Amino acid sequence: MARLLHVRRPGGRPSRSLVRRTQDRLRLAPSRSQRVFLIVLALLWVVTPSYLSDYWLDVLARCGLAAIAAIGLNLLTGYTGQISLGHAFFLGVGAYAAAWFGVQQQMPLLVWLPLCAVVGGLIGAVIGPFALRLRGNYLAIVTVGLLYIGGLIFNNWESLTGGHAGTATAAPVAIGPLDFADLHVFGQVWSRRQGLFWLVWLLVALAALLAKNLVRTRPGRALQAVRDQDVAAEVVGVNVAVYKVGAFAVSSAFAAVAGGLFGVVQQFVNPSDFGGAPGLLLSVTYVAMIIIGGMGTIGGSVIGALVVVALPNIIQQVNQSVAIPFVKSGPTATDGVITVFQLNQLLFGILIVVFLLFESRGIAAVWQRVKRYVVTWPFPS
Amino acid sequence: MTKLLDLCFAGVALGAQYALVALGFVVIYRATSVINFAQGGFVMLGAYFAYNFHQTWGLPFYVAVVGAMIAGAIVGALVEALILRRLLGRPPFVIIMVTIGLLILIEQLVPMVWGQDPLPLGDPWGVRAVKLGDVAVSVADFWTLGIVAVVLAVFFVYFKYSRMGVAMRATASDQEAALAHGIDSGLVIGVSWAIAGAVAALAGVTLAGGGGGVRLDIELVALTAFPAIILGGLDSPVGAVVGGLVIGLAQSLASGYQPEYAPWLGSGFDLALPYIIMVIVLLVRPYGFFGQREVRRV
Repeated sequence: MARLLHVRRPGGRPSRSLVRRTQDRLRLAPSRSQRVFLIVLALLWVVTPSYLSDYWLDVLARCGLAAIAAIGLNLLTGYTGQISLGHAFFLGVGAYAAAWFGVQQQMPLLVWLPLCAVVGGLIGAVIGPFALRLRGNYLAIVTVGLLYIGGLIFNNWESLTGGHAGTATAAPVAIGPLDFADLHVFGQVWSRRQGLFWLVWLLVALAALLAKNLVRTRPGRALQAVRDQDVAAEVVGVNVAVYKVGAFAVSSAFAAVAGGLFGVVQQFVNPSDFGGAPGLLLSVTYVAMIIIGGMGTIGGSVIGALVVVALPNIIQQVNQSVAIPFVKSGPTATDGVITVFQLNQLLFGILIVVFLLFESRGIAAVWQRVKRYVVTWPFPS
Repeated sequence: MTKLLDLCFAGVALGAQYALVALGFVVIYRATSVINFAQGGFVMLGAYFAYNFHQTWGLPFYVAVVGAMIAGAIVGALVEALILRRLLGRPPFVIIMVTIGLLILIEQLVPMVWGQDPLPLGDPWGVRAVKLGDVAVSVADFWTLGIVAVVLAVFFVYFKYSRMGVAMRATASDQEAALAHGIDSGLVIGVSWAIAGAVAALAGVTLAGGGGGVRLDIELVALTAFPAIILGGLDSPVGAVVGGLVIGLAQSLASGYQPEYAPWLGSGFDLALPYIIMVIVLLVRPYGFFGQREVRRV
C-alpha cells in the first residue's frame, strides 16, 4: 500500500500530504497546508478582538492562559507519563509570583513574567525528585498532597497572599510604550480585554513553539522513552532522573506563567482558588483538557483548553436566550431539574469518562483519523 | 489531662471513620491496583441511601443501614461492570481519571435527587454522650469504633477462610497465576467493588450520624483518607486501619494543641497535617508501613 501511495508529482513533491519519512515528523510544519493553517491562525489572532464582545474576549483570554498551563501539563503527563494532580498549586505559585514581582515590586512585564517561570520551575524541580521514588497511584496522591500543603502556605503567608482575604494581582502588562491594558496604536484606542487577548494568545504561540521544539528534538524523544518504559530508557542511555525532574520543572514553569496571566486577567486571587479541594478540581480540569484535546500532542492541549474553558460559557449564554430542557433559568429558579453549573459539571464528568473509554488520545487523534481517511481515500487507511 | 483524653477519643473516632473509608480503597486496590477516586462519592451516596430508606421510606434505622450497604454494593458492582471492566489493563493514569470523572458525576447527581441542603439522618445515636470519668464520649463515636472493629474482624475472617476471600488474596498477589488456578478474576474484581461500595455506605452512615447530618461535603473525607492509605500501604487492610487511626489522632491533637503551642504553623494546619505526615512517611518508606513493595519488570 505504501508503494501504491508513493506517487510523486512532476515537481518532486509528494502528491498527498502523508508523513512518510522520519524527517517529516521532526519538522515544525511539514506540509504546505499546515503552513497555510498557521498563517490563517495568525490572521485570526490579529482580527478577532475587533469582532468579538469583551465578554468573549475575556473567555478566550482565559482559554489561552489555560492552554499554556495545559501545554505544560501535557509535557509532563502526555510526553513523560508522570501523573500530576497538583498543577493548580503551580498556577497559584505563578499568580503570587506575579503579585510579588509585578504588583508589589512594580517590575515590568518582561521581568516579572520570566521570573514567574523561574520561580515555578525551581519549585517544580524541588518537587520533581518525588517522581523518582514514586510512580502511578502513589505519585498521584502525593501531588494531591501538594495542593493541601500549598493551600496551608498560601493561606498563612499573609504578606504575600493576603491570607483568606486575597490579594491584588493585576501586574503591569506593558512592553516599553506598548501597554496591553491600555493600547493606543495608530490613533486607535483598544480596551483592556482586547489588549489582553493579544498578549495572552501571543504567549500561547510562544509556549507552543517552545514545547514543540522541545518534543521534536532529542530531549523530547528522551521524555517519550521515559514514558514508554523508563527502565529500558535508562538502559539505552537516557538519564531518567534528569529528564523526570526536568519535565516537572518545565511543566511547572509553564503553569506558573499561566498562573501569572491568570492573576492579570482575574486581577485578584484568593488562596481558595488554588489550594485544597477547589485546587483539586482545578487540577482535574487541566488533566481533562489534555485528555479531551489529546495526550502527547501540543495542538491537542490548546484545543482541550478551548473546549473545557469555553464550553461552560457557551452553555450559559445559550441558556440565557434559549431555554434548554430541564435546565433552570437561574441558580435559584424552579423551572427545571438542574442548574447550568450542575449541567456543566455533569457534562465535564461525562466528557472525561467517554473520552477515556472510547478515544483516550483525544480530539487530536480523532482529527488525525479523519485526515488519514480523507488523504488515503479510496484506500483504507 | 482531660483535654488530652478528650482529644484522643475524638481522634480515635475520627480515625475510625478514615479507616472505614480507607478499607474501601484497599479492597479495590488489592483486586485491581486501582485507586478509586470515586470512593468519596460512594461514601456520600451511602449516607443519602440510608437517609432515603430511613427517613423517606420509614424503614427502621438498622434495616436502612443494611439496605444502604446493599445499595452501595450494587452501585459499586455496576460501576465496575459498566465502566471499569472496559479499562482493564490500561495505565493507572487513565483509571484514576475515569474514577475522578465518576466522582464529578456522583457529586452532581446526588443534589439533583436529594437537593443541596443538609438532611437529618435520624439515627438513634444523636448527639448524646457518655461520661467516662471526666471525659465525655459521644455515643456515635462508640458505634463508629464498634463498626470498624467488626468490619475489620469480618475482613480478617473473610480473607483468611472464605473461598472468595482466598481467591481475592490470590488475585492480589498474582493475577495470572490466580487465573491459571481457575479463579474467575472478573468475579473477584466485581465482588471487590461491591464490598468497597458496602463499606463506603457504612462509612457514610457513621459520618452522617451523631449530629453530622447527611450533607454533600461528606465526600471530602475521602481526600483526607488518602494519606491514611498511603501511610498504611495501599494493599494492607490492617495498614488502612492503623493509618486511619494515626491520621485521626494526629489531626485531633493538632487541632487541640497547635493553635496554643505552635501558632507559627498557621491556621488550618490540622487540615494539611495528614498530607505532611504522608510526605514524610513516603520519603522514608515509599510503600507505606504495611504495604508490599512493588516489583518492577522491564
